[in-house]
Amino acid sequence: MPALSTDFLTNPPGPDPIDAGIGPALQGSVWVCAVCALVCLPLGIGTAIFLQEFQPRNIWLRRLSALLQLNINNLAGVPSIVYGILGLTAFSMMFGLFGSEADPLAETGATYRRQFITEEGSEIVFVPVASRDEVLELTQGMDAIDGNGNPIKLNIIGPDDDFPDDDETLARSILSDAEGGILKDYRWYYFRLPFGKGVFAASLTLMLVILPVIIISTQEALRAVPPSLKRAAEGLGCTPWQVVRHVSLPAAIPGIMTGAILAMSRAIGEAAPILMIGVAVYIARGPAHLMDKFSILPIQIYYWAQQPIDSDASLNFQHIAAGGIIVLLIILFAFNSIAVLIRQLAQKRLT
Amino acid sequence: MAIANDATPRILTQRSLRSLGATRVGESLIYVALAGCALFTVLITLSIIGLLIGQTLQFFSMPETDVWEFVTGTKWNPLLGETKHFGIWPLICGTMWVTVIAMAIALPLGLVSAIYLAEYAPAWLRNILKPSLELLAGIPTVVYGFFALVVITPFLRDGLGIQLDYYNALSAGIAVGILCLPTIASLSEDALRAVPGRLREAAYGLGGTKFDVSMKVVVPAALSGIISAFLLAVARAIGETMIVALAAGNMARLTADPRQQIQTMTGHMTQMATGDISNFGVEYFSIYSVALVLFLITFLLSILGNIIRMRFQEAYD
Repeated sequence: MPALSTDFLTNPPGPDPIDAGIGPALQGSVWVCAVCALVCLPLGIGTAIFLQEFQPRNIWLRRLSALLQLNINNLAGVPSIVYGILGLTAFSMMFGLFGSEADPLAETGATYRRQFITEEGSEIVFVPVASRDEVLELTQGMDAIDGNGNPIKLNIIGPDDDFPDDDETLARSILSDAEGGILKDYRWYYFRLPFGKGVFAASLTLMLVILPVIIISTQEALRAVPPSLKRAAEGLGCTPWQVVRHVSLPAAIPGIMTGAILAMSRAIGEAAPILMIGVAVYIARGPAHLMDKFSILPIQIYYWAQQPIDSDASLNFQHIAAGGIIVLLIILFAFNSIAVLIRQLAQKRLT
Repeated sequence: MAIANDATPRILTQRSLRSLGATRVGESLIYVALAGCALFTVLITLSIIGLLIGQTLQFFSMPETDVWEFVTGTKWNPLLGETKHFGIWPLICGTMWVTVIAMAIALPLGLVSAIYLAEYAPAWLRNILKPSLELLAGIPTVVYGFFALVVITPFLRDGLGIQLDYYNALSAGIAVGILCLPTIASLSEDALRAVPGRLREAAYGLGGTKFDVSMKVVVPAALSGIISAFLLAVARAIGETMIVALAAGNMARLTADPRQQIQTMTGHMTQMATGDISNFGVEYFSIYSVALVLFLITFLLSILGNIIRMRFQEAYD
């Protein structure tokens, strides 16, 4: 079966279904879900602990707490595409307050360099610059880097100068009025405001979708802890947080993990909110930093499923979409099995 | 002296080195942090409402749009034509078709499955069927969309001989119905099982058959739970995106024929988000107005469902 080989798992998506693959999409899915889990789990578990373990005695605060609960139940029913719109406006574009993705107000972890073609004709040299807008003063003998990454000294040819004769000098010579193109290099910790159509914006958007699910499942896990344990700890003089930290949480951890894994399996399959953010479907590699362009598996499948069917071809995009679906379902099945396993083990331990 | 073993929490065996004051400060800091997490969920709701209302107001301030036309209009063509029309009804019509077809499939099938699982199925079969139902609920919607496009539409067209557009409301609705089936079945089953056994026993004592007991006693007693499950499923069908984006097409129109291609509210939003449109044009802002309508409908359904469920929970406590 051509659609399910190791090449299919690693290849980039291309114009030809024969050798198109899900490599970047798979990497993107892992990135987005991992970051989503890192943001969502503390927030969701914290909210659940607050609602479940810190129930106020005051009648008005109790009503407020009930309102919070109602709000979370309602959030669970909001269509994911609405979260997508919120993510697009609040995370990706940041209401336009911080400039645009191409011209961000704040960024860190990016280095710029100007690229020149030397007078030799084929060699290129790079000159590091501090920012996109820096006006580069070309001076004789200034430091630069050639195409192989070696440091060289530039030879600047002024309007009245003669051209050098030897190729070696020519390969590091540029005209004094040359204007190089700007190149931007990203470090792994590159970060900018606004987040743009990157991994981080997508992760935060998915976080919005998954948050109510995690809160509700964590609350159920905490509710299942026998109250007698908590009362005993309180009787021994534990503060409310000590009860949570040393009694409720350890007892509820298997349930919380099961809920978290199931929520993550939903996150992996969720496509609509990310579709609103915008993905780069025909991307050649996986993301390299949090602001990087990305693609995810369900959206890759969506784009392939949309392609017109060519009845003459032996392999259509529909076929590789089916291949992608099988990979997605295998991942989900693995997640669900782990969740069921944890549930079974925990049941044995407690009884 | 206390006897410490492995099961004793460490806090009880270990003398706290911190002063009482430091513990109190730490406690309140943790309390504030947790309360902050909880308040974040309120912030999400408020920002959704604020964002949608704000951007919708901006949409209606544009010269091409008109609130009255939006609420009553029967034409929706934001992209083509000399004059752009923004009347919401064609999109609502598309959404209604998908939802009605989905519920026509999911409600009877889901209810029958729930009654079977709760009242008739032996325990071992239920232990297999209930998790597989939950597995079915976990399948990504894009997979259902692919299924609608590649399996359901060809089956309806070639297998049953129905004249269909390539994209149509019927197969998208059927796929959404399959998607909603586990929701209805699982939640209704929970509601049926929550009916106290003494009601069943009383009905048997009066000479009822199993069918009588199920249909005349248990189902009516669990009706509020079933209705709430139904409402949640309707909300899910209305907000469903990937299936309709793949299988329902993108031609917004008022039609009485589900075999035609249509466009739902969610379908319009994905079309605008994935197409090459300017980020500041009127067609871009139209997604916020459509999202507001969508949000209001699902929010109301969700609140209604929760209220009904809460009343139901109190009934047998």
